[in-house]
Amino acid sequence: MMHMHKYEKIWLFFGIGSLFVFLAVLGVGAFAQGTQPPSCLTTIDPEKVDQTPPFDKPGLVKTGDNEYQLNIVASAFAYTPNQVEIPKGAKVTINVATKDVIHGFEMAGTNVNMMVEPGYVSSYTQTFDKVGEYVILCNEYCGAGHHLMTAKVKVVEQ
Amino acid sequence: MMNGTWKVDARDGKLAMAHIYVAFVALALGGLAGLLQVLVRSGKFELPAGISYYTILTTHGVLLGLVLTTFFIIGFQFAAVSRTAGTLSDRVRFWGWVGFWLMTIGTAITAFYILIGEASVLYTFYAPLQAHAGFYIGLTLVVVGSWISGFAMFAHYAKWKKAHPGQVSPLLTFMSVVNMVLWLICSLGVAATVLFQLIPWSLGYVDRINVLVSRTLFWYFGHPLVYFWLLPAYMIWYAIIPKIIGGKMFSDSLARMSFILFLIFSIPVGFHHQLVEPGIDPAWKYLQVVLTFMVVIPSLMTAFSMFATFEMYGRSKGATGLFGWLRKLPWGDARFFAPFIGMLFFIPAGAGGLVNASHQLNQVVHNTIWVTGHFHLTLATTVVLTFFGAAYWLIPHLTGRVMTKAMNRLAIIQTIVWSIGMIFMSSAMHFAGLLGAPRRSAFSTYGDAPQALEWVPYQIAQAVGGTILFIGIILVLIIVTNLAFFAPKGETEFPVAEVAEQAERTPLVFENWTLWIGIAVVLILIAYTVPFIDMIQNAPPGSKGFKLW
Ligand code: HEM
Ligand SMILES: [Cu+2]
Ligand SMILES: [Cu+2]
Repeated sequence: MMHMHKYEKIWLFFGIGSLFVFLAVLGVGAFAQGTQPPSCLTTIDPEKVDQTPPFDKPGLVKTGDNEYQLNIVASAFAYTPNQVEIPKGAKVTINVATKDVIHGFEMAGTNVNMMVEPGYVSSYTQTFDKVGEYVILCNEYCGAGHHLMTAKVKVVEQ
Repeated sequence: MMNGTWKVDARDGKLAMAHIYVAFVALALGGLAGLLQVLVRSGKFELPAGISYYTILTTHGVLLGLVLTTFFIIGFQFAAVSRTAGTLSDRVRFWGWVGFWLMTIGTAITAFYILIGEASVLYTFYAPLQAHAGFYIGLTLVVVGSWISGFAMFAHYAKWKKAHPGQVSPLLTFMSVVNMVLWLICSLGVAATVLFQLIPWSLGYVDRINVLVSRTLFWYFGHPLVYFWLLPAYMIWYAIIPKIIGGKMFSDSLARMSFILFLIFSIPVGFHHQLVEPGIDPAWKYLQVVLTFMVVIPSLMTAFSMFATFEMYGRSKGATGLFGWLRKLPWGDARFFAPFIGMLFFIPAGAGGLVNASHQLNQVVHNTIWVTGHFHLTLATTVVLTFFGAAYWLIPHLTGRVMTKAMNRLAIIQTIVWSIGMIFMSSAMHFAGLLGAPRRSAFSTYGDAPQALEWVPYQIAQAVGGTILFIGIILVLIIVTNLAFFAPKGETEFPVAEVAEQAERTPLVFENWTLWIGIAVVLILIAYTVPFIDMIQNAPPGSKGFKLW
């Protein structure tokens, strides 16, 4: 139907070709290697977070050999707990739930970065291989104290 | 046949100019807010009189993201359809004015509630933060006004088609129609959440809101919104710039095809803004990521078309060698220079966009200031510089004036100032974002965290760049005021390009609206039906409203 210039055909051929290679890489990463973005489907009553396990006792819990759960409650404008020590090399599943509005949960310098929305549990598993101090902060606007909403994680030698 | 001295009818010109005035007033006020933001974020300055950073940021986002863009686009498109499909009928023009006043009144209402501090919810107004109902009602009027203007343009197009059976419509009219169809389909999403969820909830008729449904409806709108901003810039690149440089359009058909592809692929993709949120199965996210990336195809076509036009023109002027044609381009003409610089900025901007939309990489940058750096390249540089470049001929055309040499020189300087300011501000935002610095946040050291202290130098660089940008805003306001009120009287051309001789006839299939809208709707249904039903069926208890500012 439509005629294209030869150079345009070449340009589009390579452009679209690399596009599909790129999408295939993302797809293999997601479905064959399991690197999906945080997409937890568990729901929770946002008004009963404090009574709902595991958020009734927020904090770090050992669940296996070198495996942990870190359960955190987010609310305007704080995380509970707001200081955590994690042994180096630990594989930690972080669960976060909010009692009020939407918050962010970002651990700067790591891949931990997820939205925390009322009614849902946000979850992501991360292994901490480097000793150091990481700042957790809220990166979704939640109100006047949004930029003060923070917590600290220390990864320490075992 | 339709080129040369055709002038937009004076009455249509007034309608277009009314929109453009509002757009530039929004730029002035929004720019001031932007300046305050970068100063606050540098940590060296605090807002006086207890003004909240987030009130300022809401003002900036609403005025520049929603008001400046929508008003300029609708004003420009009214001028473009009048220029290419003939003077508007009295009825169409009347409805155009109805649309204009609804949008203007809506803007005033929304601005009022923001400024009295009843709506510091940012321009994305995510529930369960709850603004005063007036904020949502004002926004509704803006959207309804834009719909009325859209239908006025459709009616004008239909009239042209009726008078010219079997003929291909003028390119700029066709493109305006595509953009308004895109806008109409996507704004149904935001209208749904505002009318059925947010307004009843903020008025107290219902107690609770489904947060994820509201966000999903918002982002169903939010991504096509950026294409609604971008397509008018593409209209200018495809159909106007070739004339400004004295060349021809590379191909009319390819231009139409790329617009149709944008229409189809820019809507079923909102999940790429929701990649790191709970409650959505990652397989559906991935599907929408794939659809998102399809817009790479029309983007590549556009890039090819533009540079082919430039090269063809340069060679026709005797340029030789691989890049000799570059020297033949009219660098001293601000009508060309500003949009061209905008195009250049789109290269890194597009690359950044690929990162943002990637299933996994998004997690690295989501809600960091990287994202802000990204759309100050796409929207606040590529689109805005193109609009400025268009204003330099559109305003004098509509007001019966001419741009003086001095103003043209100032416009070149403006473009350079903008570029320098943006390189500073946007690069600093990108780098700080990669280190984790969040967006939408007043200055904070997060309890003197060493990581947060590393971001401060970048924030100072942002303040330097932002201050330079603000000078750019002052310059463009001087130019625009001059062109609207003080420039010498005279005739300025509304340039519309002709198609190159070797390009072939445009097939009529591009105007088979049932086909294209049908495909768009099918893709939307495929991408959204199942996850949307999931959200409703597995919904958690809803949320009450919160006013936390
Ligand atoms: C003087 C020029 C400008 C400066 C200094 C500036 C500065 C900024 C800054 C620092 C932010 C981020 C604040 C934060 O996240 O805490 C921001 C956000 C934003 N800017 Fe600009 N900007 C300017 C011009 C523009 C223009 C021309 C546009 C659009 C046409 C624009 C659109 C936006 C939008 C939509 C946001 C997002 C607001 C939000 O996240 O809620 N800006 N701007
Ligand atoms: Cu927050
Ligand atoms: Cu998007």
